[in-house]
Amino acid sequence: MQIFLEFLLIGATSFGGGVVAYLRNGLVAKRAWLDDKAFVELLSISQSLPGLNSTNMAILVGDRLRGLSGALAGIAGMCLPGGLFMFVVGIFYHEHGDHPLATAALKGVAAAAVGLILATAVQLGKRSLERSSDLVFVALTIVGVNRLHQSVLTVLVVVGLIAILWYRPRKGPEGSAPR
Amino acid sequence: MNQIPALIRVFAYLSLLTVGGGMAAFPEMKILTVDVHHWLTFPQLVHLYSVGQMAPGPNMMMIVSVGEWAGGSLGAILVVIAFFGPTSLLTLVVGRLWNRLTEWPWRSSIQRGLAPVSIGLLLAGCFTLAKGAVFGLETATIAVAVLLLLLHYKINPALLVLAGALIGALSFGPK
Repeated sequence: MQIFLEFLLIGATSFGGGVVAYLRNGLVAKRAWLDDKAFVELLSISQSLPGLNSTNMAILVGDRLRGLSGALAGIAGMCLPGGLFMFVVGIFYHEHGDHPLATAALKGVAAAAVGLILATAVQLGKRSLERSSDLVFVALTIVGVNRLHQSVLTVLVVVGLIAILWYRPRKGPEGSAPR
Repeated sequence: MNQIPALIRVFAYLSLLTVGGGMAAFPEMKILTVDVHHWLTFPQLVHLYSVGQMAPGPNMMMIVSVGEWAGGSLGAILVVIAFFGPTSLLTLVVGRLWNRLTEWPWRSSIQRGLAPVSIGLLLAGCFTLAKGAVFGLETATIAVAVLLLLLHYKINPALLVLAGALIGALSFGPK
């Protein structure tokens, strides 16, 4: 129950993305359910699996604390406030979305959202793109989806496999390769 | 016509594409919800997605609106379960096995290889969104201004999206 309430609080207050900061604040600083090291470890799992960071974190933290029921409580709390918000917005938009003032405002909102996502991409890129080969994989992915109009699944599998093989484990002084 | 089975199928499939974030699935979401199933128009999808950036919590809760339009309250609930179910199950299982995976040499290869692909998917989703959001000088200016402000200052993005609404209402609204 406490897990549900804490995630409900985080889910209700984390406006504008950046859920990670809210999670750290609630789970590490306030509740002390996790230490920083465990938090970073769970975050790295969340980021390397499909799914949103915020909901994956809710699953992992909930599971650590309380098993399956904790995981369910975590994700339910996380999604409920935003879900109710968008439920109401959806109904309202359906009825009044063609009002001239609404269309005008939405034009601005959509343009701002494009800027927001570009900023996220730049920030992520600065952190995780290290070599020129990384940039090739970024470009291949974009060309595959936007120019060649391949499905996201096809591009993900094809470029993803090439990239994983490119960074395959190599026989080195510090590690051993499986083959 | 009952859209519930199609809603579940589409959003469970989209769930698996969200590598690195929800935006990765956006191009596919556009094709499936707009072109294939006609649950909404492309401008409506762009609007809902953008408004969703102001919603609290996970930034893909706009799927609730799509589910509600196509399948009522039941559609809204089932869409959430379909969209978060598959990845959550995967996360639960992998999370429990993770410690055993630390010695698996391919783990870091997978993390390393998927990092650029997920950024590519984010940008691809962004370009798909931009096709329905940026036309003309005004909208391009808003997008670039938000980008630069976020890169240089620590501002809550939801406030900038709200500011976008205000500027939009003032510059495109009825005189």
